[in-house]
Amino acid sequence: MKTLEELAAIRDRMKNKVAIREGTNETRIVVGMATCGIAAGARPVLNALVEEVDKAGLTGTVSVSQTGCIGMCRLEPIVEVVRSGEEKVTYIKMTPEKAREVVEKHIKGGKPVVEYTIGNN
Amino acid sequence: MKEISLNILDIAENSVKAGATTVGIEINETDEALEFTVTDDGRGMTADFLARVTDPFTTTRKTRSVGLGLPLLKMEAEMTGGKFMIASRSETEYSDHGTTVCAKFIKSSIDYIPLGDIVGTVCTLIQGHGDESVDFCFVHKIGEKEVSLSTSEMREMLGDVPLSSPEVISWVKEYLDEGYAE
Repeated sequence: MKTLEELAAIRDRMKNKVAIREGTNETRIVVGMATCGIAAGARPVLNALVEEVDKAGLTGTVSVSQTGCIGMCRLEPIVEVVRSGEEKVTYIKMTPEKAREVVEKHIKGGKPVVEYTIGNN
Repeated sequence: MKEISLNILDIAENSVKAGATTVGIEINETDEALEFTVTDDGRGMTADFLARVTDPFTTTRKTRSVGLGLPLLKMEAEMTGGKFMIASRSETEYSDHGTTVCAKFIKSSIDYIPLGDIVGTVCTLIQGHGDESVDFCFVHKIGEKEVSLSTSEMREMLGDVPLSSPEVISWVKEYLDEGYAE
């Protein structure tokens, strides 16, 4: 039986993980979530990204957030990866499976998955 | 949109963009119909803009000259024999500014689309905007049953832990799934 009190327990657990709250956010993943994105299936892509980042233990340094219309509606779902010191990488026509690959190869591995990027299509 | 929960996500996102501090999402469901209302206290629209807002060629975004969210919702609701209503008070004229969008869908219509993953929509809204100063108040009434969640209540328990933390979002999902399973 889930209760609001369990949130207090989460708060106590998190007190020990100071890094989570003072996240450095060296990497920002931004998912387009306007009408075009939502209709094209951005919600499952966002969920997959959040799940994979969490599983990889990267929540302190990688932030996943949403944005409005990026302007290239027919290419949605769009995911942008911004890393300090690097050029922005824009992934287009994303799916949850591709999102998982991007977390694995680009976010963790450091090498962008070129075939899913806008430059390659 | 394939499900009403995605329309709700879309409209609620509009509220957040309008600078709302509180976004209320209320769903009333019976065997015959499903009606949802999204209320916010954002900057609102002037009477002028409001009159044009369901026109697909009216939009506030700069990247394109087409805004389909509201016109699509209106069409989906009216196609089922339901109704669509939007009211707004602009902050330039009112101190109690904000917008209310209400859509009703008749379930027996062949054009009725399912509500779908509403838990997913609530999770996505909290995950995406939990760190900003906006609160969501979600209530879903199905006949006698009610499932509800308020992020302001959650914040009281969480202290300064961000709402977007994966643990919190997991909790939200389980809490809502449980509410629906009862």
